[in-house]
Amino acid sequence: MGAIFVGLVAWFIISMIVQARPAFSTLGFSWIIQKTWDPTHNKYGLLPFILGTVETTAIAMVLALPIGLGTALALAYLVPHRVRQGLSSAVELLAAVPSVVYGLWGLIVLAPLFREDVEPFLTSILGWTGLFNGPNEGVGLLLAGIILFVMVLPTMVAISRDVLAVVPSEQVEGAMALGATRWQVLRKVVVPGARTGILGAFTLATGRALGETVAVALVIGNSPYIAHSVKSTASTLPALIVNNFGEATGTELSALFGAGLVLLLIGITVNAVARVLVRSTARSGAASAAVA
Amino acid sequence: MTTLTLDASTDPILERRRAIQDAAATSLGRRKISSKIAIGICWAFLAIAIVPLVAVIVYVVVKGLPAWNTDFFTQSTVPEGIPGGGVWNAIVGTAEIGFFATAVTVPIGLLCGLTLAESDGRIAAAVRFTADVMTGMPSITIGIFGYIAIVKTTGQYSGLAGAFAIGFIMLPVIMRAGETAIRGVPRDLSEAALALGARRATVARRVLVPAALPGITTGVLLAVARGLGETAPLLLTIFGNQYLQWNPTKPMEALPLVIYNNSSQPYANLLQIAWGAALLLMVVVLVLSVGSRVLAVFLQRERR
Amino acid sequence: MIDPTPTPDVAEDLGSGTDEPPAGEPVMRLQDVAVAFAGRAAVRSVSFDVYPGEITALIGPSGSGKTTLLRALNRLHDTERSASVTGTILLGDTDVNADSTDPTLLRTRVGMVFQRPNPFPTMSIYENAVAGLRFNGVRKKALLDEAAESALIAAALWESVRDRLKAHASTLSGGEQQRLCIARALAVEPEVLLMDEPTSALDPIATTRIEELIGELKHRVTIIIVTHNMQQAMRVSDRCAFLLMGEDKAGELIEVGPTGRLFSEPSDPRTLDYVNGRFG
Repeated sequence: MGAIFVGLVAWFIISMIVQARPAFSTLGFSWIIQKTWDPTHNKYGLLPFILGTVETTAIAMVLALPIGLGTALALAYLVPHRVRQGLSSAVELLAAVPSVVYGLWGLIVLAPLFREDVEPFLTSILGWTGLFNGPNEGVGLLLAGIILFVMVLPTMVAISRDVLAVVPSEQVEGAMALGATRWQVLRKVVVPGARTGILGAFTLATGRALGETVAVALVIGNSPYIAHSVKSTASTLPALIVNNFGEATGTELSALFGAGLVLLLIGITVNAVARVLVRSTARSGAASAAVA
Repeated sequence: MTTLTLDASTDPILERRRAIQDAAATSLGRRKISSKIAIGICWAFLAIAIVPLVAVIVYVVVKGLPAWNTDFFTQSTVPEGIPGGGVWNAIVGTAEIGFFATAVTVPIGLLCGLTLAESDGRIAAAVRFTADVMTGMPSITIGIFGYIAIVKTTGQYSGLAGAFAIGFIMLPVIMRAGETAIRGVPRDLSEAALALGARRATVARRVLVPAALPGITTGVLLAVARGLGETAPLLLTIFGNQYLQWNPTKPMEALPLVIYNNSSQPYANLLQIAWGAALLLMVVVLVLSVGSRVLAVFLQRERR
Repeated sequence: MIDPTPTPDVAEDLGSGTDEPPAGEPVMRLQDVAVAFAGRAAVRSVSFDVYPGEITALIGPSGSGKTTLLRALNRLHDTERSASVTGTILLGDTDVNADSTDPTLLRTRVGMVFQRPNPFPTMSIYENAVAGLRFNGVRKKALLDEAAESALIAAALWESVRDRLKAHASTLSGGEQQRLCIARALAVEPEVLLMDEPTSALDPIATTRIEELIGELKHRVTIIIVTHNMQQAMRVSDRCAFLLMGEDKAGELIEVGPTGRLFSEPSDPRTLDYVNGRFG
């Protein structure tokens, strides 16, 4: 029975490779890292999209790690017992909100906010870093990164909270009995005790951010150039595919298949690493559904 | 202080004790403040985490509810520039695709899950690992697969291609949920049945699956919730359809598609419909998610 | 409730175990100490004194509140919202439960060893040994090394670990891990060491070694040990406090006194029943 599933997966991977091959035979191998995407001139460089994918994910994860970890700690150790389960369930439930809804909300509600308030504010205090050049458009890398952050947070929090909560209480008490303050206990005993799981949660969340399509496509501005600032409009591999697939033909279509293949490889790698780290915690079945 | 030791002034233990108590007392203030600040930050982060999540729900409700009128539920989608419109064709599409995807995936997934639950070999481990990895795959790649597998071969976009892609996303989730649920059933139950002479398959059907039903239900409902909310795969497989289309072998419309397409439209009525559809989708997904937990708890109680 | 301070007459006719009168001022005094959880009493009005350089055992059948009482002595019940500890616990001049007493500082004076060995798994043997010191702001390497070595020697672990201080604590056997936990507690040089059934999770050989260890340690720290094993109490302790669960499920102190006397000629008939194995 499992053979059916494995068969499907194999078919999946093989067909992706097969469809992408024409692009490789026509364009060689280096096209993936070229920086110009211009179908009319037969240029299919994927670099801007790879960078866009990486950059939006980076913004999301730089925020998701501390905030996710802090929230998870709060849920596992700081929040009063009675409220604990309710709040945790609420956070997990929010992982179920469809990504397209986040995209809609980001585009209509956050983009103007970013354009009018957030970006000017950030530029005024962080402009010296050189990362905030250019006009305030609202849509762009920054907004996409923030939306991704909001979307992967429940994943990060849910898994981290689980692994933090199962650190044996005898270790917590052992640290307390030695005269550690509450934070010392958390920092030196609880978090290190859960670190593999936390890393797994982080990787899983990263995987989700890397592969997110519609929410990003709606708020990133879809410009096929390498971003020179955090406020620039840009694009990602999934957005590229989803925007152009309908009308692409010939080499361009093969190039899109190639982009899909790259995405596939990234997806497999990141998720495989994540799963090795997380090793299916106790919530296995439900976790796969809620978390993935 | 104990009175046991010999010479208080040179006893290394007493000296160390003094040094340690000194260090403890001097550092206490600093440590307590650090602790308060760090814990305060954790609370702050909790607040930060909740705010956007609450905001999304509030906005969707506030902006989506006004869109819910009779037209919304009875009319089909309209192209740009035309006033009015609804999402009836999208509701039909989503429902049909969901139905087909679930109808095929649940039996296969549960069977796979059952097999996995009964095996501990390396092949099983590999399948399990593959399933776990697949649950996190970018959904657009699965959309591409749906295109290659169905659209290309049949020469047209169709609801079934969408169902195929969505089903493929749901399959590993159901497999793992099923396996976990079945593994959670106490061994003595199945062993008792086997001891009475029942065949493995019968045991599975009449003992294991019913006993694991709460967990299975949760898993399935959550998988469906996830499947219904996926957009990217649909974009590449069902193409969308302005008109009501019951035939799944033809291009169809779906709720996530409507939201996606209308989001970037400048027309107010289309945007309104997008919010309404977002609310509808969110309600369905949340009802399934919450419902799955409630159902699981309810079924657990029934078992006792 | 028996008067805890033995008169000279009583001290004279002791049987096995120590029969010396207590040396000097009590290091810890409990006066009417009670512990309740959400209003329900778990331990009722306990009063007795703990003397320096002695091993005081809290004995009694399970459920009699021994561990609950022990954990009140280093304020481990602080994190439990529903717990309330009343009465006075004096450590020297310090009122343990006073608001002005900081629990983290208190725990540097009153250490604890738990039932199951609980070394920190992500830390090495050395790091475990000095964990308490580091938590309390001790930075100087010289002091850390000195304290670690002294504590590991006192825990009879030094010889076997001195060459692998950087190894993970999980590489040690169960008995060794418990001795590491003892060393960890000792490194902070507490005045009192609380031990909550420290050998119940260990095999007989490891148990014997730890009992010997405890006997040697009493010259360095005053020990209060909870044990449900009567023979262990007889072997190891100088003084015993016998607790029993009352009808309301709350533990009360029945009798306290030098071990030898308590076991051979207890004053209370319930104590007599217990030491004769008639229950618990």
